[in-house]
Amino acid sequence: MNIKPEALTDSNKAMSSYLSPLVREIPSSGIRKFFDLVGGNKDIITLGVGEPDFTTPWHMREACVYSLERGFTSYTSNAGTPELREAISEYLDEQFAVRYDPKSEIIVTVGGSEAIDLALRALIVPGDEILVPEPCYISYSPITSIGGGIPVGIETFAKDEFKLTAEALEAKITPKSKVLILCYPSNPTGATMTYEDWLPIAKVVEKHDLIVISDEIYAELNYGEKHVSFAAMPGMMDRTILVSGFSKAFAMTGWRIGYTCGHPDLIAAMLKIHQYTVMCAPSMGQVAALEGLRNGLGEKDRMVEAYNQRRRLMVEGFREIGLECHEPRGAFYVFPSIQSTGLSSDEFAQRLLAEAKVAAVPGNVFGLGGEGYLRCSYATSVSQLTEALDRIGHFVEKVRKEG
Amino acid sequence: MTELNDLKLKVLELLKEDARRTPTLLATLLGVAEQDVCTAIKELEDQHVIVKYAAVVNWDKVDDEKVTALIEVQITPERGRGFEGIAERIYLYPQVKSVYLMSGAYDLLVEVEGRNLREVANFVSEKLSPIDSVLSTKTNFTLKKYKQDGIIFEDHQEDNRLMISP
Repeated sequence: MNIKPEALTDSNKAMSSYLSPLVREIPSSGIRKFFDLVGGNKDIITLGVGEPDFTTPWHMREACVYSLERGFTSYTSNAGTPELREAISEYLDEQFAVRYDPKSEIIVTVGGSEAIDLALRALIVPGDEILVPEPCYISYSPITSIGGGIPVGIETFAKDEFKLTAEALEAKITPKSKVLILCYPSNPTGATMTYEDWLPIAKVVEKHDLIVISDEIYAELNYGEKHVSFAAMPGMMDRTILVSGFSKAFAMTGWRIGYTCGHPDLIAAMLKIHQYTVMCAPSMGQVAALEGLRNGLGEKDRMVEAYNQRRRLMVEGFREIGLECHEPRGAFYVFPSIQSTGLSSDEFAQRLLAEAKVAAVPGNVFGLGGEGYLRCSYATSVSQLTEALDRIGHFVEKVRKEG
Repeated sequence: MTELNDLKLKVLELLKEDARRTPTLLATLLGVAEQDVCTAIKELEDQHVIVKYAAVVNWDKVDDEKVTALIEVQITPERGRGFEGIAERIYLYPQVKSVYLMSGAYDLLVEVEGRNLREVANFVSEKLSPIDSVLSTKTNFTLKKYKQDGIIFEDHQEDNRLMISP
């Protein structure tokens, strides 16, 4: 399309009018809005980052460099290199007791985000309702809307440790309900689900014939009972599209290497979209990911231990400040309540940024149940976290005196 | 050899990263009682596992520059005492910062620090070489220190992550 700007002016037609209404109607992300507020200010301590502060372990980066030197720069097969798919299959079996055939049940994707998009696009018939427990990762609802689906939030609460309950799920189900998106351990709450928590959910899923997209990108960052994949629940394997990747546990966010596993029929449909849109995930990233699975599990455990230490520091720190803070058992976020200050999430976060130079994300951007909370990432050094807690403490004290 | 429990190992790792961490902070990070951390540290000190709390200094950044040399020393071991007696004679000199018994082409690796080249050279010629059991020395001056005790000196890697991300 070649439209001259003057032609647009003449007809007084805004360029945005060419956009699909599905895209036009999506509100801009609350995180994006806050990002703009923070700007490039380097004096700020940021608890706003949703990614590890570790660099990808050197041997994984080196494996990538060597592969480039050897000229490994071409496409891989659409679903990813056979070696990586086999390694993913073995890893999931050993770690989470879910077994997938690397030939027909796994696709290596461009991050977990692409996998979620593929799953939703493969499943949604316009008008389908997609159930999403909230507060949740900010992308699920917009991707659903772009695909023509209708996102239906299910509010979760601090009193339930932000776990999804069967009752809350059942209450939102209608004849149009088709897919349930799960993300445990949760971004932003750090909530996790045990085998006993999953059982009643699985019954509802079966009863209402739902398909589940289970985003388990934080599965390895688990500090309580070992992570239970929803796919591992009785009868749920065929109903579940498992989504995960290397970003969080292996500190590989920028590489964009994720994967998705599921029933061969669903994976075949998702592979069609994947091959016509991105062809394959970046080949060099797949090399680094394979090296991580083969030789990087020790470093992964070391990073998880460091997150666990910081998690304790943050929970105790917020409680000492006098802000209620449920104990997150996964991911790398704490989600303290700021309701006792009398400020809204947005007000609190904006004032904290301006007056205490600490950036955190207001809870309301994560959907239902997020208002009154603040998401703080502890993927930052202990010294930075200690300083941030100190500043937040003084800020809260000041706010309370005003009240 | 002292066998350490899990708590002591974790305390050592955290103090190795930053020796200024207080018992209160260590207890919070490890999710244990502060008293347990204090007991662990006390025992580690008593057992001489924690030998000293010192800063890792990049002297290249300081005007008062120092010269460091790594000296390979070949010696004749003494009957009955092997290398111990000679090693002790050498490590007692204040300008000697470290002494290691090595396998390979030489016996002791001696790290010597001085204010300038002449001072180190004098130490080698006047103190080290004249020791009866010392057969030969080979002095290697350190030109630049890139990494010490796991710490990269010139590592100014900035946090390039976006300030806010999903």
